[in-house]
Amino acid sequence: MNKINRKVVRTEDLNFWQKLYIPEILKGMKITIRQMFLPKFTRQYPEEKWIPPPSFRGRPVLVEENGKERCVACGLCSRVCPALAIEVQAAETELSKERYPVKFEINMLRCIFCGLCEEACPEEAIVMSKDYELTFFSQEEAIFGKDKLLMPIDELKDRLEFLRKYR
Amino acid sequence: MVKIQIDGKEYQAEPTKTIIEVARDNGIHIPHFCWHPRLSVSGNCRMCLVEVEKNPKLVIACATKVADGMIVHTANERVIKAREAIMEFLLINHPLDCPICDEAGECKLQDYAYKYSKGYSRFEEEKVRKPKRVALGPNVMLDVERCIMCSRCIRFCNEIAKTPQLVFTKRGDHVELTTAPGEELNNPYSMNVIELCPVGALTSRDFRFKARVWEMSSTESICRGCARGCNINIWVRNNEILRLTPRYNPEVNDYWMCDYGRLNTFKYVNSGDRIKSPMINKEGELIEVSWEEAIASAVFKLKNFKKSEIAGISSAFATNEDNYIFAKFIKQVLGSSNIDFMKHNVGNDDNLLIRADKTPNSLGTIAVGAIPGEKGMNFDQILNGIKSGTIKCLYVLCDDIAISDEIINALSKIDCLIVNSPIRNNLTSIADIVFPSATYAEKNGTFTNFQGRVQRIRPAVATAEIDRTLDGLAQSRLDKFGAPNDRWTKGVKIDARPTWRIIVAIANAMNHKFKYNSAEEIFNEISTNIDAFKNLNYMKIGNKGALLNIKLIKYYKPVTV
Repeated sequence: MNKINRKVVRTEDLNFWQKLYIPEILKGMKITIRQMFLPKFTRQYPEEKWIPPPSFRGRPVLVEENGKERCVACGLCSRVCPALAIEVQAAETELSKERYPVKFEINMLRCIFCGLCEEACPEEAIVMSKDYELTFFSQEEAIFGKDKLLMPIDELKDRLEFLRKYR
Repeated sequence: MVKIQIDGKEYQAEPTKTIIEVARDNGIHIPHFCWHPRLSVSGNCRMCLVEVEKNPKLVIACATKVADGMIVHTANERVIKAREAIMEFLLINHPLDCPICDEAGECKLQDYAYKYSKGYSRFEEEKVRKPKRVALGPNVMLDVERCIMCSRCIRFCNEIAKTPQLVFTKRGDHVELTTAPGEELNNPYSMNVIELCPVGALTSRDFRFKARVWEMSSTESICRGCARGCNINIWVRNNEILRLTPRYNPEVNDYWMCDYGRLNTFKYVNSGDRIKSPMINKEGELIEVSWEEAIASAVFKLKNFKKSEIAGISSAFATNEDNYIFAKFIKQVLGSSNIDFMKHNVGNDDNLLIRADKTPNSLGTIAVGAIPGEKGMNFDQILNGIKSGTIKCLYVLCDDIAISDEIINALSKIDCLIVNSPIRNNLTSIADIVFPSATYAEKNGTFTNFQGRVQRIRPAVATAEIDRTLDGLAQSRLDKFGAPNDRWTKGVKIDARPTWRIIVAIANAMNHKFKYNSAEEIFNEISTNIDAFKNLNYMKIGNKGALLNIKLIKYYKPVTV
């Protein structure tokens, strides 16, 4: 075996004051003490909620407009979903959009919040909301149907505006 | 023969052929919408424009006959530019309906828009609005906006179905496809226009919005609607058949199939009428029991009768393999030669596909010998035997023979009635033992059509004992990547078995060694034992079928009662 001879070159040695150690401790303490008087970043979470910016990708929701989902059940979100979280079943409606999702389910245990569904949607019907609170007690509960997915368009204005501006 | 050059390569061609045909024969794809190999040339879509040297203008490949020394370019700069222009014209008034269009995913216009168009639109004006959701007939839905006026459907009705029911009205970009006032598109082959339509203008009313095409798996199979045995694809999602489409086979059905076969031959597979478990009649009521119990009970009953008191009804709905095993069981195990099948004829043969014989395998049933032969009783004799009490035990293969009060009355008198059936029907309600048998879409096997062509059927739907992955069934993306706890992998699986397996199990329980593990093994035995099937095997049958030697089939002369 060849022995690798590599000389360790230290660019800078500790100087006298650094070797003394105590001044360095004091430097650190200075930062710590300063933080005590600066504004706090922590919050009392469950009572004090964080409102994310519009660019935040929370759980995907279906846009509800005039009491109806915008979705036409084209299935592109379901096709593009890398985690196979979305299941859509179309049916016919009298509305001019011709078809609607009679069933729209997202398995929130599968969802990875990537936002590809939102990107693929030709109708701007599925968007990422600001909702990040997801808890369930069973696998069945984690499958969100239309009842949990529909969200009035007023609550999604931020995100829709963001999408139009930056997408 | 003439010599022509396409894209720098020389080809021999018959002078009667057009450029598009010669190119197609040699594996060169020239994009086209209105041209179809079985329809007259219309030449209106202009998509197949190609350059022929020494010709000042581009020519349409579908209507230009080849000539000696012709030099054709199918993909040079000039042609590509022309194609892009044609695509741009076609897309001007085509609505952005892909998300709600059933054709999306198998749409020629969609595919060509990717391959041959520029990818953006320069058109800023209003698109022409036309009627949407027009029910053109009982089975076909029309969206006039999506139509690109290729006239394939019109030519199909005129030339193939021979029922001129469709026509264009108005002019220019206002052209509308329609039927005559008060008329509808209702010929027996009307649904073929759905596949013919290169866009989503004509779609199926039955399949409407049921699934996106990419969500389904497709399996090559044979239609069970009549003795023609049209080649089909079975489209399945979540273990449920959603549609059938014709599969090209020039020897049998060409590109077509009839509406009856397309709509009425698969729905029973996923219906609520399916028998979910073997059943035994206990005190007038059918009670679900285990397979072992039902088989033991069948063996116990069958042993009680003399050979001459037993008869079997084979089935022209069952496969060659099923009928062969059944005949072997009746003749060798039970020692009876009373075996025959019921004929189901409705109407007359027509000039295109439809046959009067509404069963897929009557010729095969005869060919494998599931018929009486010299000394056995035929169907009418068996029926009379039941009435007179000489036949006391009847085994009926997958066929609802209880079609008249006369037969039901006769059968209800019988001591022992064993039935293999996929669904509940009149016959199973009066049976003593019922075995749930797999449908044609759940098993391997072969049908022999009226021409003597032996064709393969393959499992498209999984039964309780089949695993889609391990047993090599066609899989959709969801089938491949789904986990067992996903809802969309939980389609209903029926606990049914192929008929041959049920018979083999009973024969083995009666101490006869029937050693078969697959339908293919049975077919190999058929080809060794029966002259007409000589030299055939599953490999040779392939996906286009193979003819058996029809002259060697041993028919029987029905004895008049």
